[in-house]
Amino acid sequence: MTDVVITGLGATSPLGGDVPTTWEGALAGRSGVRPFDNDWVEKYDLPVHFAGQLAVPTSEVLSRPETRRMDPSAQMAIVAAREAWADAGSPEVDPDRLGAAVSSGIGGIWTLLNGWDTMKEKGANRVLPMSVPMLMPNSPVAYVSLEFGARAGAHAPVSACASGAEAIAAGFEMIQSGRADIVVAGGTEAAIHPLPIAAFAAMAALSKNNDDPQGASRPYDTSRDGFVLGEGSGIVVLESAEHAAARGARVYARLLGLGMTADAHHIAAPEPDGAGQSKAMKFALERAGVTAADISHVNAHATSTPVGDMIEARGIRGVLGSQADHVLLSATKSMTGHLLGGAGALESIFTIKALETRTAPPTINVSSPDPELQVDLVRDTPRELPAEGQLAAINNSFGFGGHNVALVFGTA
Amino acid sequence: MADKNEILAGLAEIVAEETGLDANEVALDKSFTDDLDIDSLSMMTIVTLAEEKFDVRIPDEEVKNLTTVGDAVTFIEGAQN
Repeated sequence: MTDVVITGLGATSPLGGDVPTTWEGALAGRSGVRPFDNDWVEKYDLPVHFAGQLAVPTSEVLSRPETRRMDPSAQMAIVAAREAWADAGSPEVDPDRLGAAVSSGIGGIWTLLNGWDTMKEKGANRVLPMSVPMLMPNSPVAYVSLEFGARAGAHAPVSACASGAEAIAAGFEMIQSGRADIVVAGGTEAAIHPLPIAAFAAMAALSKNNDDPQGASRPYDTSRDGFVLGEGSGIVVLESAEHAAARGARVYARLLGLGMTADAHHIAAPEPDGAGQSKAMKFALERAGVTAADISHVNAHATSTPVGDMIEARGIRGVLGSQADHVLLSATKSMTGHLLGGAGALESIFTIKALETRTAPPTINVSSPDPELQVDLVRDTPRELPAEGQLAAINNSFGFGGHNVALVFGTA
Repeated sequence: MADKNEILAGLAEIVAEETGLDANEVALDKSFTDDLDIDSLSMMTIVTLAEEKFDVRIPDEEVKNLTTVGDAVTFIEGAQN
């Protein structure tokens, strides 16, 4: 089997406009959540007054024509992809051996809703010709493919909040099946618009802690009351180990394996016993060729919802058994909010950085941990992973619709 | 009602926004495709924005006849009446 390594990282997130500032913010335990500085709350009577908004707007990084021709979800993906590509040393690669796999959970919702507003106000003749290429959910990966001339294939598996992780899984499969030597892979989301906020709030999925936005995302805390919407993108450069070695590329970590299952239980609620989630983790360990004893860190999906967090935590305990006593658990959504389709990718980057630096990032806002939590949660400040030997870590992502994706990464 | 110079300036502004070209490059004798490298989708965007800006209707079948910036300015000027 072809080994897959990570040779480049890129991100734009509520914590920073690139990976170094995002990682630094995470290690510092900073919150990227801010109240809205617009009229949405008054105008629409929005029940939620805050979100994890990009630290550096894409308009500060991209040219005016780029921001006009791309939905914000694609803009964020391009910003992250350019960083990742440069970080990988802008590799020389046969275009037919270069792939792209970038997902969004929601798609170009700003373009869709702006287009509808225009049509209602001014009629069909004013709807812009770029509307379709901007709103289609494969638009981000199509722009990434165009950017680097990736011709081995461009894929955008959509699975709500597991989309970014599933895109990385798709990239892994492209390399392992021999279709590509390099795949630019990750996720993106730009859904901080009044409609999705109202819709998520209508499901009672969002935290309404308007008095304390930065303290609202509190995975595993007894007072958790829902997730905080975030936005941004994470992109990694996946590469066959052979290709990376041949060009002398720096290797951050290895992607050892993955597991994917579907609950087939409910359109939005997770299976109460977390069987599908646990199976995804088990399959990922098996495919990675590691055992529970090899796992030293888990970046949890943990969105800060009353039900979801503990289902996952019990699953981690169940799959890892007594090793769960030695695993450092991080819930980085406490700082970034929930990037939906971007989450699995940004959290893969956190997992990769944790392995590279042997440091687990903190979980903030947990003042009273759920008494049921039986995994060692990293709180407030980072903690060191074992200094010696090969380490492995799991990154979980789960999506509405019952999608479960577990990725297992290993130290370089 | 905009005169020829005002139409050219307004059109140049739209083209510059859409393409990133300098507005000064958008001269009457320039071909949209050959000189300004504007593809058909961008051309349709420019047409939609120009229709709004000058409050005119530029039918889809007319767009293929707008080879140069001057052609567009002339058409818009006539369509205003």
